[in-house]
Amino acid sequence: MSALTLTLKNAPEQRIDMAPLTPDNLAGKSMADIAAIELLSGNRRLRVDSLFDIAGDDAGNLVINNANGKLDFIGRGMKQGSITVNGNAGSYLAFQMRKGEITLNGNADAFAASGMAGGLLKVNGNVGDFLAAAIPGDRKGMKGGTVIITGNAGDRAGDQMRRGIILIEGNVGAYCASRMLAGTIGVMGSVGDHIGYGMRRGTLLLFSTPKMHATLQDCGSHTLPFLSLMFKSFKGLPSKFGAINRNRVQRYAGDLANDGKGEILVFI
Amino acid sequence: MIINGVTIDDTFAEAFGMRGTRVIITAQNHKWANTAAAAMTGFATSVIACGVEAGIERELDPSETPDGRPGVSVLLFAMSSAVLMKQLETRMGQCILTCPTTAAFSGIDEGYPEITRINLGKNLRFFGDGFQISKQFGGKRYWRVPVMDGEFMTEETTGMIRAVGGGNFLILAESQPQALAACEAAIEAMKKVPNVIMPFPGGVVRSGSKVGSKYKALIASTNDAFCPTLKGITKTDLSPEIESVMEIVIDGLSDADIRKATRVGIAAACELGASNGIKRISAGNYGGKLGQFHFKLREIMSGEAA
Repeated sequence: MSALTLTLKNAPEQRIDMAPLTPDNLAGKSMADIAAIELLSGNRRLRVDSLFDIAGDDAGNLVINNANGKLDFIGRGMKQGSITVNGNAGSYLAFQMRKGEITLNGNADAFAASGMAGGLLKVNGNVGDFLAAAIPGDRKGMKGGTVIITGNAGDRAGDQMRRGIILIEGNVGAYCASRMLAGTIGVMGSVGDHIGYGMRRGTLLLFSTPKMHATLQDCGSHTLPFLSLMFKSFKGLPSKFGAINRNRVQRYAGDLANDGKGEILVFI
Repeated sequence: MIINGVTIDDTFAEAFGMRGTRVIITAQNHKWANTAAAAMTGFATSVIACGVEAGIERELDPSETPDGRPGVSVLLFAMSSAVLMKQLETRMGQCILTCPTTAAFSGIDEGYPEITRINLGKNLRFFGDGFQISKQFGGKRYWRVPVMDGEFMTEETTGMIRAVGGGNFLILAESQPQALAACEAAIEAMKKVPNVIMPFPGGVVRSGSKVGSKYKALIASTNDAFCPTLKGITKTDLSPEIESVMEIVIDGLSDADIRKATRVGIAAACELGASNGIKRISAGNYGGKLGQFHFKLREIMSGEAA
C-alpha cells in the first residue's frame, strides 16, 4: 500500500477546514468515498476531489502535497496514523490531536497544537502566534504530547499550556509561557519580552538569560538530576534537543504574581 | 544423591505466594546508593515481625539506571499487597528521602503477566509542602521534591507482582565455622542470580523455626530436630557428627528464580564438600500442606526442574 496522497490543485481563495481528513476518519473509506467528503470553506461545502488530486490507498499514512496557508485544522482530533504536510499549513494545526504523528515541512499559522493532548507534532519551519495556547473560551492550552519546532515561534507560545513538551530550536516572540499552568518548553534561540508573564507552574528551559520582570526571582545555580532524566527521554526525538546532556542551570522562579511555582531554567 | 561427598536429602523446601516489588535507588555514587539501600532493607529479615522481607538484589551501572547515575536495585516482599504498600511508603520516606543525593525509580514495568502499580513517591511528594513539581517523561510521572541538599526525585509508582517467598535449604556441617564457610560460599554465588534476595543477616539464618511451641502464645519456636545440642534428648534429624546447621532463605520474583538460586547455592556449598566438613543439605517444610510451592532438592540438583 502506498500513502494516501492529496495534492492541492490550486491555491484556494477561501480558508478550508481540513478537519475531516484525518487517518482515523478516512480508515476503511474507498477512493470514491474520500473524493465525496465535503470540506467547509466559508459558506460553501467543497468536495475533496474538487480541491485535491487523490492518489494512493493507505489512509493511515496521509500526505498532503502543495499545501497552502489557507488549510486550517489539519489533523484535528486525530487519534492514529500519520499526516505529512508538504507546504504551509494554516491555523489550528494538530488542534486537539490525541495520538499519532504530524510532520509539517513548511510554516504554520496561529494556534498550532492548541488543545493537543498527545502524539507528536513536528514542524520543519516556523509557527505563528499562540503555539499550544488555549483558544478563546478554553481555559487550558496544550494538554499533552510533544511539539518540535525547528524554526521560530510567534508570540504567546505556551499560553495557558497545561501539560506536554514543546521544543523550539529557533526563537520565540513575546509573552512566551504566559499564564502557563504546567508542562515543559525548551527554547534554543532568543525569547521576546515579558517571558513567563503570569506563569503558574511549569518549566521553561533556555540557553541564554532573558530579560525578566520583577516577579521572576533568581533561586541560584543548581545541578538538577531531573534534567538528566528529561534529556534521556528526548534522545529518540527528531530534534536537536535529543543531543543535549547538561544539567547545570540557573533557576528563576515565578511568576510570583500568580503563585510563583513556575521555573525558568537557564543553562550555565 | 551425593555431590562431592555431601548428601542431598530427599526432601523439599516449602514456599509461599507473596507480593514482590523492585525499586531502583540511584545516588551520586555507589557508596551512597548502597547506604540508602542498606537503610531501606534494614530490619527486613522476616515477615513475622518486620512486615517485609527485603534485600539488595545487585549494584547497577550508570548505563542501567534511568537517570544515568550509579544505582542499586532492591527487592521487597510481603504477605499482602496492603502491607507491601505501607512498608514501601514508610521505608521510602525514612530511608530514601532522607539519604543524601538519592533518587528512586520503578524497577518493574514489564515482563510479568500481572503488574499492579503501587505508590513509590506518590505520597512522599507532600513533603514538598506545595513546592513539589510533577514531570512526565516517556509516559511516566516523576516528582521533584525540594530538599536541603537540592532536589529529591522519585517516580510516582512502581510495579508489584505475585512473587514467591520462603524458598530455603539447610547446610549441615561438622562444625560451626565450616557451616558458615559453606553458607558464605553459597551466598556469594547466589548474589549473582537476578530476581532473588536472601533476606536474613548476610543471607544466613541460624535460628530456623518449626511451627508451634509448648508456650501457647508462640506460633513458632526453635527447630529442635535440627539443633545439634539437643541430639540426645529430642526426636533429632541429625546424625552424630553434625555439630552445626545453618539455613539460607530465598525470596524471588518467580519460582523459577528461586529454583535457580537454590541450585547455584547448593552447588557452591557442595563444592567445599565432605572434606571441608559439609555433610548434608536438607530443606525446611511443613509437611507440604501450607505452601503452594515445593522445591524438591534432588530434582533441582539433578537439573530436572531447573
